[in-house]
Amino acid sequence: MTAVTAAPRSDAPAAATLGEPIRRRPPRRPGALWVLLTPFLVMFAAFFIAPIVFAIIDSLFSQKSSGLGLGAPTREFVFLDNYAAALSNPSFVASLWRLVAFSAIEVPLMVVTALGLALLLGAAAARFPRAFRITYFMPYGVPGVIASLLWGFLYIPATSPVLQLLDAMGIDANPLSSDAVLFAIANIALWGFAGYNMLILIAALDSIPEELYEAAKLDGAGEWRMIWHIKLPLIRPSIVLVTLFTIIGTLQLFVEPLVLRPLTTAISSDFTPNLAAYNQAFAQGNPNLAAAMAVIVALLAFAFSALFLRIVNRKGNRAW
Amino acid sequence: MVTRSVQRPGGLAGGILVNATLVLAAAYFLLPIVWVLIAATKSPGDLYSTFGLWFSDSPQAWENLVDLFTQDGGAFSIWILNSVLYSGGGALVATIIATAAGYAFAKYAFRAKETLFWTILGGVLVPATVIALPLYFLLNAAGLTGSYWSVLLPSMVSPFGVYLARIHANASVPDEVVEAARIDGAGDLRIFGSIASRMMTPAIVTIFLFQFVTIWNNYLLPLVMLNDPKRFPITLGLTLWNSQTQRDPMFTQLVVTGSAVSVVLLVVLMVSLQRFWKADLTAGATKG
Repeated sequence: MTAVTAAPRSDAPAAATLGEPIRRRPPRRPGALWVLLTPFLVMFAAFFIAPIVFAIIDSLFSQKSSGLGLGAPTREFVFLDNYAAALSNPSFVASLWRLVAFSAIEVPLMVVTALGLALLLGAAAARFPRAFRITYFMPYGVPGVIASLLWGFLYIPATSPVLQLLDAMGIDANPLSSDAVLFAIANIALWGFAGYNMLILIAALDSIPEELYEAAKLDGAGEWRMIWHIKLPLIRPSIVLVTLFTIIGTLQLFVEPLVLRPLTTAISSDFTPNLAAYNQAFAQGNPNLAAAMAVIVALLAFAFSALFLRIVNRKGNRAW
Repeated sequence: MVTRSVQRPGGLAGGILVNATLVLAAAYFLLPIVWVLIAATKSPGDLYSTFGLWFSDSPQAWENLVDLFTQDGGAFSIWILNSVLYSGGGALVATIIATAAGYAFAKYAFRAKETLFWTILGGVLVPATVIALPLYFLLNAAGLTGSYWSVLLPSMVSPFGVYLARIHANASVPDEVVEAARIDGAGDLRIFGSIASRMMTPAIVTIFLFQFVTIWNNYLLPLVMLNDPKRFPITLGLTLWNSQTQRDPMFTQLVVTGSAVSVVLLVVLMVSLQRFWKADLTAGATKG
């Protein structure tokens, strides 16, 4: 994946090796190009670019109601006041830290699980790899809301066979206690997306030329050494991609705590920044503060992505 | 696929370990699905009083299904149809315009091409929540919130689809074919519509499926946009019922049975179209 995305930025010979042809002459009918391209660009501008621009502008304004609340509220330019308000709100700041903690749990858990499953399915000894692969991937088709509802039942003793079994063994577990709830949420996300990420990694593993394994076998390499010296280095770009998607995904945390909230006191109404923004926009009627909160989440996502890519690219072997 | 060669000595223990882990992982991924399928056969009382991973003595799957489809004047069937409409319609249009754009990026040279492509790809990195909230206020200004369009239109944009289409157009539509068709006098749009699109069919199906599931699973967008339960997709409908369980415990069984039905629907879709899912997301890219 990265090869192609990186290639267009590099020089022409590199692009040529990737099948992106070097054009000898310009296309003769540029009209067709715009017919192909315009529908997407228009939709992208309307439903991706415009909302982002709108959010940024909106976050710089505030609604001031006049005197007794009579008459329409006026819109005032307040520059960064909404950001200051958001960042001086202790529970919003707490939700940001909670999100960072959640990422720290979820990202390694996800990447290691997806990678482990992909490598296990590629192991010579694995039986029925196709059946297992589709089994692991199945939860991807279950909406996060429904996954959260289902795990919710599995997290309360009244309906959970797992907790009942643990209880019978004398283990008293409460996944929805305030100490465990982040892990309980991480588990739902892991369940839903590990198979999807595994699929991306399997596709990368499948594209490794067979000759490399044969050469390594001739050299007496065992399965572990092949994983360490051939598979992992060659699928590194896909691992980076999966990590990046997981980082972005974790920062969007919204549905799982929303659904689990009625089951536990450990989840507040502004448990994550997205929940806080949603509440500000629709319950508190403060869309400007909500916009500022949403922009902060986006900036956090970009900062984390950039930081991560910087770290993985540092050693000179560029991944993107 | 790794060739199954003769096991080296000591590989037996390793083989057992590998397969035991695979089985354990399968049990983990199947647990909630098996639980809900069993729970959907129980009476509301048995849901709490019998062991979760085995059937009760008096299964009532049929009654539960009848309850599910008759509650609130058959709301659940409407939610299914809505979900199909949002996912099917949204994914169809998204696939067509993303494939066309991806093909254009692969086969044409134009100014600022890479800047544009990277801007679009950057769209993948923007958290959906950051888009959904402002989108509500934008569509509200346009008078569209609450309508089918408020969910359908934003679902028709798939930056990731453009990315996949570009890769697959590079990998599966040779330039020689395009050139030959041009020499034969075919217009560029016809080349795309009847030649290239055929060569890209597996990729197109993959893009469609991914967008279909993305829309099907989306919760925030319909949550923000819709207020009339008649236009709800399944996800929103089930949480509506779930919010009423405090008032009337009967709703718990409806939520369970509804979840089971929607899980079955998507699992059938995914398993039956299995071969398109493995259609390598990254094909042509790692072959650098």
